[in-house]
Amino acid sequence: MSSSDPNQNAAPETASPNSPNTDERIQRQSAFKRALIRPELGSICGVILVFSFFLMVAGDSGMFSPSGAMNWTVVSAQFAIIAVGACLLMIAGEFDLSVGSMIGFSGIVIAMMSVTWGYPMWVAILTAFAVSMAIGWLNGYIVVKTGLPSFIVTLAFLYILRGLTIFLSIATTNKTIIGGIREKAEGDWLAQLFGGKVFTGLFQWLGDQGLIEVFKGGSRKGQPIVDGIPMLVIWAIILVIFGHYLLTKTRFGNWIYASGGDAQAARYVGVPVDRVKILMFMFTAFCATVFATCQVMEFGSAAADRGVLKEFEAIISVVIGGALLTGGYGSVIGAALGALIFGVVQQGLFFANVESSLFRVFLGAILLLAVILNTYIRRMITGER
Amino acid sequence: MSTPIIEMKNIEKHFGSVIALAGVSLAVHPGECHCLLGDNGAGKSTFIKTLSGVHQPTSGVVEFEGKPVVFKDARAAIDSGIATVYQDLAMIPLMSVARNFWMGREPRKGVGPLKFYDAKKANDITMSEMARMGINLREPEQAVGTLSGGERQTVAIARAVYFGAKVLVLDEPTSALGVRQTANVLNTIDKVRNKGIGVVFITHNVRHAMAVGDRFTVLNRGQTLGTAVRGEVSTEELQDLMAGGQDMVKLEQSLGGTV
Repeated sequence: MSSSDPNQNAAPETASPNSPNTDERIQRQSAFKRALIRPELGSICGVILVFSFFLMVAGDSGMFSPSGAMNWTVVSAQFAIIAVGACLLMIAGEFDLSVGSMIGFSGIVIAMMSVTWGYPMWVAILTAFAVSMAIGWLNGYIVVKTGLPSFIVTLAFLYILRGLTIFLSIATTNKTIIGGIREKAEGDWLAQLFGGKVFTGLFQWLGDQGLIEVFKGGSRKGQPIVDGIPMLVIWAIILVIFGHYLLTKTRFGNWIYASGGDAQAARYVGVPVDRVKILMFMFTAFCATVFATCQVMEFGSAAADRGVLKEFEAIISVVIGGALLTGGYGSVIGAALGALIFGVVQQGLFFANVESSLFRVFLGAILLLAVILNTYIRRMITGER
Repeated sequence: MSTPIIEMKNIEKHFGSVIALAGVSLAVHPGECHCLLGDNGAGKSTFIKTLSGVHQPTSGVVEFEGKPVVFKDARAAIDSGIATVYQDLAMIPLMSVARNFWMGREPRKGVGPLKFYDAKKANDITMSEMARMGINLREPEQAVGTLSGGERQTVAIARAVYFGAKVLVLDEPTSALGVRQTANVLNTIDKVRNKGIGVVFITHNVRHAMAVGDRFTVLNRGQTLGTAVRGEVSTEELQDLMAGGQDMVKLEQSLGGTV
């Protein structure tokens, strides 16, 4: 066997003589099937399903008018921002259950720094980012160094951060809601990046041309009802594009997959698994703070109970988007589509005048369907058994 | 014979009061397949980890290309050209063949902070390297999970060879494989050897060793008992040495010579 090719004796009659480079066991796949079989397939189907459903049920309710569309776009964008972070972290093989508490915490940090202590808004925002990313680092460091499941470590931080948030806001201001942020943010260069709107000129022009609805009376007569794209939506788009490129087009992206797929195998070939995981915890914290900052700017106040259950909504979006809960597999585009499904369903049921408690039933059903479909697709792609 | 790429002289490794290796000597020459045979508990794993820099020997000398060296960690051994393919931990099944092949050393294009993963280059080289090892992939993007166990070993070996391995250490590459897949892996070992790379083939299957081995070293109770050249030693003799002599002869008689 050492001198001759065992393949030649093993199966000479089955190989096609015309094409020595083909293997009879390799099944031909059409380009169409290859294009279809991808991690995002389940969520693409979900998006089509959800949109067709609401076009039928709520097509004439104003859900697809500019203001209606802006309504569910903003909600979807909120989910998308935290889903991008959760997605990359989940692919790297870890969870962060402290996302929701982090949102409340960051908001209170911004409000306390700016309103209570009078720092400029940009200092407050940068401080919130620094503090939350430091907590993200700590989350990651503890997970990596102790080898404990991130589920437990971040569950601890879910409670620690929520408790600290309430304690800090009561200890400093005696309230759990801190208002007056909009006035402080007025004219601040950094606050504009989170609270402003863009393309306002375009929307005014569209309104002037009669292409979109304008206010018929009142103080804003002549102004379009939808007067611009909120920065929240722009942040969601930027983060999705960034996350997608990072994951699929860079060396670091390959390390994210490798760290979640099999940390030990990745270490053997020199992938800095610990660094990758810690950085992803920090990125998740970053996304949570983007969410918190946009929300604080929009509402003009911070509340200690903001962001409750957001960690699960992020994880649901990611899982609908085709990611594997145990890591190593997933797609940021899928997670964004999952967030879109989530947002459209939540707001669509309101437009369709459905009893709002049914939202959770609907969501649970979609989650289950998506995960079953995604499991089959993944098996087809990866040969899992 | 030429200078060995790596030579281990009388290596001992103690873990506290446990003597895992009690004098192991082995030399690997370019273009040879050196089989290291040993039963479970003989010290094979400790030896591999010492060879690949994970453990440092308690005493003894490691010479790399004629000069004494100490590998302080696995990275240092890899950088010198000692590639180890572990049985189970070679590949990540959920990732594509190309991404597995390049894992940790992904090709990049672009300048400054805008360096992107060069998917085309990665895919093209993966396809051609795999074809040279006799595996025709449907596409480089297909997940490793769709490959058979033997093919996965081959991807890991092709990866080590492509990245300039001088010594390839294979940890029981055939023990979990079927007949046909084993043949593929042994065939790959032959191809690698013909490139002038030294192969250390660790196994407890004497027949697999006899199929490709040029020289054979038996490890028993943490010690090597010398090296035999192909043709000088029979399958039965190796089997006896692995099992520690007497017991095996008795067992073989009682089983009618089938072991």
